[in-house]
Amino acid sequence: MIKNFIVLLFLFGLGMIFSALLLGYTPDSELNLTGRYYAEHTAQDLGAANIVTAIIVTYRGLDTLGEVTVLFLTAAIVGMLLSTGAGKGKSLQRKLSQSGELLTTGSHLLVPLILLLGAYVFINGHLTPGGGFQGGAIIASAILLILLTDPLYRFSHQLISIVESISGLIFLALGVLGIFFAGGFLDNRILPVGELGSLFSAGAIPIIYSLVGLKVGAEFSSMLVNFSETEDS
Amino acid sequence: MVTIAMLTGFILILMGLYGALTNHNILRMIVSFSVANTGVNIVLVAVGYIHGRTAPILNEAVPAAEAAARIIDPVPQALVLTAIVIGLGITTLMLAYAYKLYEMKGSLDISKFSELKW
Repeated sequence: MIKNFIVLLFLFGLGMIFSALLLGYTPDSELNLTGRYYAEHTAQDLGAANIVTAIIVTYRGLDTLGEVTVLFLTAAIVGMLLSTGAGKGKSLQRKLSQSGELLTTGSHLLVPLILLLGAYVFINGHLTPGGGFQGGAIIASAILLILLTDPLYRFSHQLISIVESISGLIFLALGVLGIFFAGGFLDNRILPVGELGSLFSAGAIPIIYSLVGLKVGAEFSSMLVNFSETEDS
Repeated sequence: MVTIAMLTGFILILMGLYGALTNHNILRMIVSFSVANTGVNIVLVAVGYIHGRTAPILNEAVPAAEAAARIIDPVPQALVLTAIVIGLGITTLMLAYAYKLYEMKGSLDISKFSELKW
């Protein structure tokens, strides 16, 4: 009882801070200095139509590299935590009732389409609201659908790690190429900037974001696969 | 508009923290943390909104020359994209640890785990 009271007191205090923040907040009517710089320079410098993508992949590319590394670490830790001690092959013997006809047929129809949508989202990341992280999440949702249809389906861990490490290595290599052929690490202008708004524009951004998409998709998939393999027999 | 979004975000943060502090089931605590995380993201995106402007994507409607006067702030959006991905990683880690804890004690009740309690 006393614990609930302390919790409510704490939340009340936090709520007071939030309401003070909310009441004292006046929305900007102009872009601030950083936002203005990105808005004015993205199109002519990098040729990317989606300014958020330009910030993530090029202006703050190093942060994205760190973000992908954090995801990789998470996938590795989840794999390490969940794989040790679990009886391999034990879960495979478990008999499950067949998933329904509708779910099976539906997933056979939808999985290729979802994969296609994921690839579309990350290839067009520099033109439309989308990109590597979103596309990767969509690809992982196809894997999730397969696992829902057949919980005992086993994906090849080797394939997932090969896709992940190769896309990560090429991502890094493109970043290093930027030091020699353009302005610096992860500069996208190692390829021609091209015409604003066309698919082959914005230098290396589509390539880098596609690789990020594959890498993120592989990492999310490996997390899902690791979780599904913990299923008790 | 901004006020509504921010208010929603703040309420979600408070709801999530309340759930995380009062629930005894570890899975419910993880769900509560996800709710609070969503609230933080909503508040951050709302800060970048400028009334009467559009998304930071250049096309026929937003020519590059007048972009600075037509688009909302792209920086919070890029930040929140990062925050969402990291939030997902944290949720995954919490779930993995919850699984290990369940394996150890056969229970997800937080009051059963008293080793580090003083």
